[in-house]
Amino acid sequence: MRIELQNVDIDFPIYDARTRSLKHRVLGLGPPRVGPAGHHRVLVRALRGITMTLTDGDRLGLVGRNGAGKTTLLRVMTGIYEPVAGRLQVSGRVASLTNITMGMDMEGTGYENIVIRGLMLGLTRRQSLERVEDIENFTELGEYLNLPLRTYSAGMLVRLAFAISTSINPEILIMDEMIGAGDKAFAEKATKRLERMMASANILVVASHASETLRRLCNKAALLRQGELIAMGPVEDILRRYESEN
Amino acid sequence: MLSQRPTYDDEAQLSDAVLLATRQSNYWLAWHDLIDASRHWRLILHLSWQDVRQRYRRSALGPLWLTVSVAVQIGALGLVYGAIFKIDLSVYLPHLAVGLTVWSMFATTINDGCLCFISAESFLKQVALPKGIFPARVVLRSLITFAHDVVILVIVLAIYAHPTILGVLASLMGIAIFAINGLWIGLLFGLLSARFRDLAPIVSSVMQVAFFLTPVIWLESSVHGRLATLLQLNPFAAFLSLVRDPLFGNTPTLQSWGIVALVTILGWIVAFLMFARFRGRITYWL
Repeated sequence: MRIELQNVDIDFPIYDARTRSLKHRVLGLGPPRVGPAGHHRVLVRALRGITMTLTDGDRLGLVGRNGAGKTTLLRVMTGIYEPVAGRLQVSGRVASLTNITMGMDMEGTGYENIVIRGLMLGLTRRQSLERVEDIENFTELGEYLNLPLRTYSAGMLVRLAFAISTSINPEILIMDEMIGAGDKAFAEKATKRLERMMASANILVVASHASETLRRLCNKAALLRQGELIAMGPVEDILRRYESEN
Repeated sequence: MLSQRPTYDDEAQLSDAVLLATRQSNYWLAWHDLIDASRHWRLILHLSWQDVRQRYRRSALGPLWLTVSVAVQIGALGLVYGAIFKIDLSVYLPHLAVGLTVWSMFATTINDGCLCFISAESFLKQVALPKGIFPARVVLRSLITFAHDVVILVIVLAIYAHPTILGVLASLMGIAIFAINGLWIGLLFGLLSARFRDLAPIVSSVMQVAFFLTPVIWLESSVHGRLATLLQLNPFAAFLSLVRDPLFGNTPTLQSWGIVALVTILGWIVAFLMFARFRGRITYWL
């Protein structure tokens, strides 16, 4: 398993109603050239020249202030944003635990949603059904699994979403902040389950502001600032540097 | 013990092991996206069902509401325009019933096709699902909605037209051919609309004009001369004729077939080239 980025740039074109308009395109009434590309549009450079290689056993923590590019980098690794320039190569099954309730159907029952959410995660129906027992045990939702999600409390919903999302074994696991589930008693159980999932992944990439979490989970860290990779190395060194700078 | 999670050995999932490489050509990646999307057929089916269900959720008549409203529309238009055009209802009503339901399938496919990526923003920004899923979702959703109207068609045709089995099959083939076109329309217009937000309303007004240029509420036989020849070049008329003519024992003209073939092939070529070129940009535009 491997993630390789070479000089990856990510630029976001900013379109407002004016720049997006066909009228301006057709009539050549583009807005004034502002961005570095000067292409009738404003560009925001989210990542600049990122080069890094991750291999089996790497547990990378991403640190940096808000807006440093952590989430964007995670999305690049997941395959959501394809680099504008540079080279990206990811080999391995990637799963991203960013929005664990995504795609769930509030009108569907808990059991139906195990399959639905499974489809989002790339599981076949059969693979999802195999996981039902484990999810039943973990969520302790019992009869509620026969009811539509709209009858669930927020905590129950998260518990179910969490159980399904953590029932897969990705080779590359990507997380934006730690996710948790439920009340205090449940949180412990959830953490255990999540950490098992992390342990079974060949590569883990997690962005977090919680230094203690990163120290515990990661063996490497990367410091981002304004879209640039400032430093990458052993987790302790990088965190110390990051903390001293803030 | 409770936190023990079984591991599954069949972790081979729907998608190929994700292999992102900018070295691969855009064409290969676009092709791969479409193939990968077809493997997600169950997800596509679920999404389109969910879309349809959302419309009549928890109402008393449920799915019948879709059918009832279309039936009322056909009945009212049939009576009014039948009288205006002075056409016998036994001719006009089946013509109108098929025309209106098929047209509304065309129009929703195309209008919604423009929005296929925009409306999937929350998915596209969160997971790396193949983009081809979303045009397919729109097409399937239109087909499911159309299937509700089939109830009306069955009744009307049984009373007035008595189509042959072969005619029905030919008509279904016409729908399938349209569905194939719906996919490229969603791919191309969805992509363009994500970039140029004015496109969707433009397309929707064009569709309104096209409605009047297509023999939905009027009969082709009531137009003559050069105007008739011109109107026959309307691709919507050609697609409609492929679906409607066989039901009334007529064979679609060679010209209709030619137009449909041309639109299908050219449309797919243009859509695929554009998709290959801009597929990776879609998420940036949302």
